[in-house]
Amino acid sequence: MKELITFNLNRKPVELNLDRDRILLWVLRTDLGLTGTKYGCGESYCGACTVLVDDEALRSCQITLNDIQNRSVVTIEGLANNGELHPLQKAFMENDALQCGYCTPGMIMNAYALLKKNPDPTEKQIMEGMEENLCRCGAYKRIVEAIQAAARVMGGFEHEKK
Amino acid sequence: MKKNNDLDLDFTDRLMDFQVSRREFIKIAGGGIFIFMTIGDIPIWAQQRRDRPSLPTDFNAFLQINEDGRVACFTGKIEMGQGIVTSLAQMLADELDVALDSVDMVMGDTDLCPWDMGTFGSMSTRFFGPPLRAAGAEGRQILVELAAEHLNRPVDQLLTENGMVYDRSDREKKVTYAQLARGKKISRHASGKVPLKTPDQFKIMGDPILRRDALEKVTGRAKYAADIQLPGMLYARILRPPSHDAKRIAVDLSEVQQIEGIQVIEDKDLIAVLHHSPDFAEKALSKIKASYDTPKSDLNEVTIFDHLLKVAPEGELVAENGDIQKGKKEASMVFEQIYLDGYKAHAPIEPHGAVVNVEGDKVTIWPSSQTPFRVKDEVAEALGISSNNVRVISPFLGGGFGGKTRNLQVIEAARLSKLTGKPIQVAWTRQEEFFYDSFRPAAIVKINSGLDKNGQTCFWDYHVFYAGERGSQHFYSIPNSSTVYYGSGWGGGPGTHPFATGAWRAPANNTNTFARESQIDIMAAAAGVDPVEFRRQNLTDKKMRSVLEAAADKFNWKPATAPSKRGYGVACGIDAGTSVAMMVEVDVDRETGKVMVKRVVCAQDMGLAINPQGATIQMEGCITMGLGYALAEDLRFSGGQIHDHNFDTYEIPRFSWLPKIETVIIDAKNETPQGGGEPAIITVGGAIANAIYDAIGVRMFQLPMTPARIKDSMAKG
Ligand code: FES
Ligand code: FES
Repeated sequence: MKELITFNLNRKPVELNLDRDRILLWVLRTDLGLTGTKYGCGESYCGACTVLVDDEALRSCQITLNDIQNRSVVTIEGLANNGELHPLQKAFMENDALQCGYCTPGMIMNAYALLKKNPDPTEKQIMEGMEENLCRCGAYKRIVEAIQAAARVMGGFEHEKK
Repeated sequence: MKKNNDLDLDFTDRLMDFQVSRREFIKIAGGGIFIFMTIGDIPIWAQQRRDRPSLPTDFNAFLQINEDGRVACFTGKIEMGQGIVTSLAQMLADELDVALDSVDMVMGDTDLCPWDMGTFGSMSTRFFGPPLRAAGAEGRQILVELAAEHLNRPVDQLLTENGMVYDRSDREKKVTYAQLARGKKISRHASGKVPLKTPDQFKIMGDPILRRDALEKVTGRAKYAADIQLPGMLYARILRPPSHDAKRIAVDLSEVQQIEGIQVIEDKDLIAVLHHSPDFAEKALSKIKASYDTPKSDLNEVTIFDHLLKVAPEGELVAENGDIQKGKKEASMVFEQIYLDGYKAHAPIEPHGAVVNVEGDKVTIWPSSQTPFRVKDEVAEALGISSNNVRVISPFLGGGFGGKTRNLQVIEAARLSKLTGKPIQVAWTRQEEFFYDSFRPAAIVKINSGLDKNGQTCFWDYHVFYAGERGSQHFYSIPNSSTVYYGSGWGGGPGTHPFATGAWRAPANNTNTFARESQIDIMAAAAGVDPVEFRRQNLTDKKMRSVLEAAADKFNWKPATAPSKRGYGVACGIDAGTSVAMMVEVDVDRETGKVMVKRVVCAQDMGLAINPQGATIQMEGCITMGLGYALAEDLRFSGGQIHDHNFDTYEIPRFSWLPKIETVIIDAKNETPQGGGEPAIITVGGAIANAIYDAIGVRMFQLPMTPARIKDSMAKG
């Protein structure tokens, strides 16, 4: 049954008249045309579909519109602010942290939430925080380096300064 | 054809409606300077087909120096993460003396680009590189000749820089490429006679350059097949059998036909549900009741090896030298071993996808495919139309690794689009991807080898079943040896593999290198010689010796006979013309059997590395991906029924597996570029197997080396 769903998407209010049990991933990709969020496994194992819901990284293949009612969703398309790339996006580019790029949006969104929670992560904490995101091209090494670089730019990485 | 901005792809519209002759083609393509190139041999059948491609067929790539000074390279190759959109542009920019950002790469569009057989086998840089550079050099020469006339100066007085031609002695006398190309219609087939730049003249090649596709990929703008959305497009979900050998005996569509907004298509074997949202299509699919007859099969990941040996075809000789029988007589120690390797999935994070739009007799396709020109022919055949009416536009590929040379999903989408008259998207689920993949074949290697009383390898008798030939040949100096392969590893007749098999990153070579390098280590240990030293003693191949030494240096390898308890392992291999030596350090948990790879050093001689940064990243990717086939990946099945449906049971490498990776690229600037996207993966299995032996004195004869198998082998002693 269709209902009015209201939430914030990439900093703009959105109203949708849709079934509230629709999977967020498909609504984003098809109804809203935001195809940066990828399907990789559909069952929570790969992280390609990761988005931010109130700054928490969630797998959009596992949540429904019901779960985001009145909350704030950010996708990869909304990460840059006023045309200025987010430090993570820049760091992924500068550190060559991608190959085919298919896992990249999910990696960046997950890393965003990770740095939000812990602006000053150790390498080990980065690996643990990213563990459930898969990259078949094997870009892990540079993804870790990119996250470290972004953390530095964003003012974290206190443990290095000490 | 209108420029389609919503799709954000490079749809250059000016080259539509090609005629066949090159002269005609130039007329349509507009002004500027054209250089055509032929890469390798164009197969006769491509030239002679009645249904020939609409572009002229005596070249398979070309570049255009436009009247605005921009340079475009048209090639049927595609970008799937290997970075050729960057490295090919680098070569061109350097030979032509233009800025890298003035080069546009137009790739994988079958209407704009000449025929190409596909992107695989580490061939793009290797075979494409030299003619591309030659074309660039030729283009530069034409520009200099034009400038000589324009500036009224002799050719040898001129120099080129950044899209300009200058007078050497008076730099105020200059003319831009744009000025020179304006109003011109010049075309030439690259003669290959113009000298290429020498490495000391490179400004762009050989320098690390960031990827040109990075911005699109970090902003979510990069389009992959399933990201293509056309007005009125429907998403298809297709009814699948539970097993490859299942026969459908009954199907009940009555419930699904009641669902509002769902279109049900039944066409021979194909039953699909369509909806403008994929999730609705998915739900509807679950309402179809079908029953199948599935024959019983005893084949599974354990019994497959006996089966394959039983059905193996006659062997074919790959190479031989000396006399094995003579070598056997000289042997004082003989080693006879069997190595096994299970099926592996390609498992790119992007599953196969395609959008097909059949409009009247015109067909446009956006596939995730490594072989766009094959797609064109396959779809034409499936729909019974001329391939001249089919256009394939290649989006980015979310990984291929050989798996996207097969295009079943495109045929499905094409059939459905034709039946409905609407654009159709078929995007496989992860489970479909694990079902219709063309898996890396299970394989067996039997090696019989011997050492003479001086500890030298005196014979080598090698038989590989179903992996394929690539990498089966050893490169050691062994006086008597023979290499035979049985079954190619591509497909295999009925009654061999229970499902499709095909090329998987460095096909055959992972299995062959694992077997060969394990066997070499066994002999080294028996001879009481350090494994690196043993290889050195048996190697005359200079290139291989130098990579082995470079790796040993970087690793700081100290000689010791295995098992030294240090957990060090080494392996060497050759793939796509590139020599690789790898050293690893592992930790084996004796309680759980779990292997942790702590450190990997890989040295590689790939000739001239066009983009060393790109090459390094490919090596890191190979090493990381290789951990999977070495330690975990093993498809489980019963007959044609696949038991792995997703990444929960089919484990691929993840962050926590990441070892410290160090890479060395041998500086071989004067050598021809060789493959870089695959070689470093071939040594991962062998190096880890040898390191496990070094750590715990237990030899692993089967890939993957899972904790269970390691514990098993430990128990057996
Ligand atoms: S698609 Fe959602 S976790 Fe893989
Ligand atoms: S870059 Fe290809 S899957 Fe991560």
